[in-house]
Amino acid sequence: MAYEVVIGLEVHAQLLTASKMFCGCGTAFGAAPNTQTCPVCLGMPGVLPVINRKAVEFAVRTGLALHCTIAPMNRFARKHYFYPDLPKNYQVSQYELPICEHGWLEIGQNGTSKRVRIRRAHLEEDAGKNLHAGIAGASHVDLNRAGTPLLEIVTEPDMGSPDEAVAYLKTLRDILVSQKVCDGNMEEGSFRCEPNLSLRPAGSKELGTKVELKNINSFKFVKAAMEYEIKRQTKVLDEGGKVVQETRLWDTEKGETAVMRSKEEAHDYRYFPDPDLVPLRITEEMIAEARKSLQELPEAKHKRFVSEFGLTEQTAAVLTANPVVADYFVASVTAVCTSGASKTDVSRDIANWITVDLPGLAKDFWTHIPAGEIGELSALKRKGEISGPIVKAVLEERLKTGKSVAEIIKAKGLVQVSDEGALEKIIDEVMAKNPQQVAQYKSGKEAVFGFFVGQVMKASGGKANPAKVNELLKRKLTQ
Amino acid sequence: MSLRKLTLFELKDKFTKGEVSAAEIVKAYFQRITVVESKVKAYITPAKKDALLKEADDLDYKLRGWRKIAPLMAMPIAVKDNICTEGVKTTCGSRMLENFVPSYDATVVSRLREQGYFLIGKTNLDEFAMGSSTENSAFGPTRNPWNLACIPGGSSGGSAAAVAADLCAAALGSDTGGSIRQPAACCGVVGLKPTYGRVSRYGLVAFASSLDQIGPITKDVRDAALMLQLIAGHDPLDSTSADVPVPDYQKALKFTMRGMKVGVPLEFFAEGLDPEVELAVRTAIIKMQELKAEIREISLPMTTYAVATYYLIATAEASSNLARYDGVKYGYRAAKEKGLLETYMKTRQEGFGPEVKRRIMLGTYALSAGYYDAYYGKAQSVRTLIKRDFDEAFKDVDMIVTPTMPTPAFKLGEKVQDPLQMYLSDIYTISVNLAGVPAIVLPCGFSSGKLPIGLQIIGRPFEEEKIIRAAYAYEQATDWHKKRPTL
Repeated sequence: MAYEVVIGLEVHAQLLTASKMFCGCGTAFGAAPNTQTCPVCLGMPGVLPVINRKAVEFAVRTGLALHCTIAPMNRFARKHYFYPDLPKNYQVSQYELPICEHGWLEIGQNGTSKRVRIRRAHLEEDAGKNLHAGIAGASHVDLNRAGTPLLEIVTEPDMGSPDEAVAYLKTLRDILVSQKVCDGNMEEGSFRCEPNLSLRPAGSKELGTKVELKNINSFKFVKAAMEYEIKRQTKVLDEGGKVVQETRLWDTEKGETAVMRSKEEAHDYRYFPDPDLVPLRITEEMIAEARKSLQELPEAKHKRFVSEFGLTEQTAAVLTANPVVADYFVASVTAVCTSGASKTDVSRDIANWITVDLPGLAKDFWTHIPAGEIGELSALKRKGEISGPIVKAVLEERLKTGKSVAEIIKAKGLVQVSDEGALEKIIDEVMAKNPQQVAQYKSGKEAVFGFFVGQVMKASGGKANPAKVNELLKRKLTQ
Repeated sequence: MSLRKLTLFELKDKFTKGEVSAAEIVKAYFQRITVVESKVKAYITPAKKDALLKEADDLDYKLRGWRKIAPLMAMPIAVKDNICTEGVKTTCGSRMLENFVPSYDATVVSRLREQGYFLIGKTNLDEFAMGSSTENSAFGPTRNPWNLACIPGGSSGGSAAAVAADLCAAALGSDTGGSIRQPAACCGVVGLKPTYGRVSRYGLVAFASSLDQIGPITKDVRDAALMLQLIAGHDPLDSTSADVPVPDYQKALKFTMRGMKVGVPLEFFAEGLDPEVELAVRTAIIKMQELKAEIREISLPMTTYAVATYYLIATAEASSNLARYDGVKYGYRAAKEKGLLETYMKTRQEGFGPEVKRRIMLGTYALSAGYYDAYYGKAQSVRTLIKRDFDEAFKDVDMIVTPTMPTPAFKLGEKVQDPLQMYLSDIYTISVNLAGVPAIVLPCGFSSGKLPIGLQIIGRPFEEEKIIRAAYAYEQATDWHKKRPTL
């Protein structure tokens, strides 16, 4: 029988706040176990939570980016279950009154677009981590992550294939990253997804029994897990069986899902409003503030980069994939444009350095070189004081020594050689060393011209002014 | 007059004037502790004598010739053992936290510390403040200084007994359903439960978060006003603490009740009220009339449902608040456990006493899927109605006067086997917590068995000033507060 698949997604996005949801502890990833903790996030007796304003702002901003209604009054609730990584044995979350509801986002696929409805997005605190490796017969608990703010974003069951689900996840991640509320890192767990999936006879209106999938930490596996689950459920149904409502864990090694718990074993979370927190009011002013802080959405930014800076679709895509890089690019271009250059004149060079040269030199280059210096470099190149090939060497030196661009150029004598006498001397030397190629050129084989340009540039240490080299070479070779 | 008999205010005055040294105060109190603590058993952890004496000597040395004195400098104050004290065990009267030493002070404690107080000891209580007799403490009961065969009330029984027996100059208690006021009544001292939100709960080990409130237990009304002054006010660490200005409570201490309208609710003088208690309270009301108060009969019809409502809400919150005691991070852990589930179960089975377990089970049930609406949800609705009762009444009157407890203190062991009877000893205090309003209790007479009887004055939210004024006027017009037990 032919089935159609219905997929809904729950995403837990870790918010990029400096401190935790209900206390002042830091949220950096990878610190030594239990060093980012305090009595509040350790669940000590008598301590009380205080809501992180920044997390609320981020949730409102995300809600606006996802076209949600922002609840003027919302409440935190306690969700109870016992587990060692949950210090209070309840998680502070939102239940009846989430902060964002009824939104949507557009996913594009093969030239068509589709709207996926967002049912709700709510704030909650993360749990810690149980550590089982290391000591035999013992488990340890690291509570550094406990209390980190999360935004749980839940869709309606609107996706009809694993590809659509992956497209949704990528679009959502791009939006969260562009809004600077989440770093979108799946491996480090700051963007976690839990698909729920059911099958129904093709054309049917009723939803089938759904299965929830957990333990998936990359886009690749999300697709694999869903595809596996479709095959598994198809087989169950084809054999006349019934799909059981349950939660299944994805096993990356085996490439399979396996039962974690059935519906009967599901927890009774005993939600009730957290009496330690007063209802959270979101005022019109807060929403207006959030609207102001709303960042350009990835698609709009991409289009703008193409039209405003004259970039190719592909370069624009690379630049806009990371908002930090995009900002860096804009700042660099702006820096050189203040000295009179037009955007389209300098953008291609700068985009090239930022997307090709710099990432090869340092992963987080933007933290090492101020955008102003990139602008400076571009200005020098425009004035003809340095040549293109030199730029990479300057950047490399800049990262290695930390000296300013101007200093490096001066110290290393990297200023472009445009002096005809000096260049002619180099050209003469090159021609003297390669009589065979000279003869070839003179006999009409003009393709060797490039060879001479390369040799001259090399001999000048990349400092020769390429335009001048061309001009002089042509003259000398035809003499 | 011996130092220990002075009120906090008097002692502070003497110390400020340089008539007595910190060392003398500390010695006097330790002498008292040596003599009567073994009979009363008010403390779980008394202060270490040598350490406190050294602290006193250092202070005296520092103050030589320079007497700039903070209000509570050298004042020996006791703190209920469910209020966290940095570096000092905070047991909550439970095996579960028998050796728990907090790394932080409760906000009220840091405020007292800033004022220079001396922590004279951590007082006994019903385990996690659940009880009305202090018999539910894992470390044995406290006894009533007026009659050692009787209970001191609960759950702040240790604090009330310590004040009554001159084992401290003043004390802090906590009140979830009457836990400051009922023991104050039993021990013949003053107990004040502030408006919910008036005093920070940060560092108070939670029993029922929406009802808990810290307050003073003192020898007289002026002391209560002084203590409240020092602990009240907004705390950024407690989201439920209110940002409402704190008035100067000493200015409220006047000798007349002129212009005050006092309500007497019918429902609080119905069946079950001991005639001796009723007589004492009614006599007090007549006294208030003499003090120019206007007395009006009022009705609080929802009172009937207060106990039932309370035991759903308080237990539900308790079941959640006490989930953290699991043997994983701190506190008691069952030995020789096999695996996680067994560790949880054995730890909680062995670490909690029977009353705590009873309430965790009641609360867990009330919050369970399928029962939430019928129990917790319904209780919340009734709570709103109870609050509305008070709102209505306060349109006509400034305060409400009632008994504190249906009977004087009962005998140890008398109600241990009958939780329902025990729960009913809070029948007059519980609705005050549900409504979140303030109330003060002070002595208004004695039973034929020579046990104190307490008068309760309930006020509008954040109008502690008014009930302090009424209580002070009444107190000064009578001699009850001057009576002390002989031990």
